[in-house]
Amino acid sequence: MSPAPLLPRDRRRHPPALAPAYKSTALRAPRFPPLSLPATLSELTGPVFGADVIGPLDNDLLRNFAGSGSPIGERIILHGRVLDENARPVPDVLVEIWQANAGGRYRHVTDGYLAPLDPGFGGCGRTLTDADGGYAFRTIRPGPYPWRNGGNDWRPAHVHFSLSGPAFAQRLVTQMYFEGDPLIARCPIANAIPDPAGLEALIAPLDMTAAIPFDCLAWRFDIVLRGRRSTPFETRPEGN
Amino acid sequence: MTPPRTLAETPSQTAGPYVHIGLAPEAAGFSVFETALGQPIAGPEVPGERIRVEGAVFDAAGAPMRDVLIEVWQADAEGIYPHPADPRHAAAASGFRGWGRVVPDFDTGGWAFDTIRPGPVPDPVRSPDGRPMAPHISFLILARGINLGLQTRMYFADADNTADPVLAAIDPPARRETLIAPRTERDGTPVYRFDIRLQGERETVFFDF
Ligand SMILES: [Fe+3]
Repeated sequence: MSPAPLLPRDRRRHPPALAPAYKSTALRAPRFPPLSLPATLSELTGPVFGADVIGPLDNDLLRNFAGSGSPIGERIILHGRVLDENARPVPDVLVEIWQANAGGRYRHVTDGYLAPLDPGFGGCGRTLTDADGGYAFRTIRPGPYPWRNGGNDWRPAHVHFSLSGPAFAQRLVTQMYFEGDPLIARCPIANAIPDPAGLEALIAPLDMTAAIPFDCLAWRFDIVLRGRRSTPFETRPEGN
Repeated sequence: MTPPRTLAETPSQTAGPYVHIGLAPEAAGFSVFETALGQPIAGPEVPGERIRVEGAVFDAAGAPMRDVLIEVWQADAEGIYPHPADPRHAAAASGFRGWGRVVPDFDTGGWAFDTIRPGPVPDPVRSPDGRPMAPHISFLILARGINLGLQTRMYFADADNTADPVLAAIDPPARRETLIAPRTERDGTPVYRFDIRLQGERETVFFDF
């Protein structure tokens, strides 16, 4: 039996390849539109990840870099659920995150921002979603940082997310923002998303129900991956 | 019965210049996890012809992109994917992962990976008659300045690609060449060169699968 086809991706949901206010897209946006074709077996399959590759501290950015250390910054929980467009939870999704430290500095050989590295903080974590699609990380709130784009552009505080769903064509890489951050409205990357409701979906609300008294605040970020068609016989127009 | 679309996909955002921190921390200059993900694609015990694939991703100015991160996904030598959606997955080669992450040299932008040559893959979606797709490797390209990861495929210049249904859908046909990697040999190992051009003359064909 062939696997259930994926719903076609709604490209209007995503920022266009060429977004002039985000200058890096000028030299990196293809001029031809991508060729739309139904996913074949090569895209309906994808790597399978098991719990055996996930270590017990992998989702705890407070401790996974320097076991004894405690990073500087606001301690937070980031959590949510991964669903598909059919509103079904997606278990066993590899969720990987990376972020700057509280001063806005990344631990990367090519980041030279003047804010210092934090010896207690690496800046990456990973986990697998549970049977309900749920995931959680413990980390610190990242700082905003300047970047070369306009003369004085600053990224809002954000956490990068990478999700590997069951199908290679469900792969999603995105960024999560924090409710109430005044830099979101000024960010050319965030505002390249055409639909205001799309940007809203990337802004995690404060979640006091998951906050731990006298320990940390919590932010909730639910994520939606591409869904499936109801029958294998529908086709989609090609070549557009 | 699968319920209809009731939620909208979460919008994509660029992976940014520091994507390696999250997806390949060793390349970023440190290690966090006990188990590194993304290599090898095919362990030493996996049957098949050992090959190397190398190339670079070029921007519109013709400069190699030094901050890119590539993911690859392929079938084993028999054309089987190690995934439950493949009807033959139980017969996939033992130790075969099929998936890899590839990071360029941060100074030159050049990258390379070792794997086995995939076999032809049956395509129940596009060829209900059972005609297979020609051997290919799926690529996903993530980088600063790429708002939604770019999907493409590499085919092999020394294979018979004439009946491949995906290549056949590319119009004008001259653009099919952008996906076909020429073969050379080095120290007895076949080497396929796959240069990816995001824009400009000979722009690579990208897919929206
Ligand atoms: Fe960032």
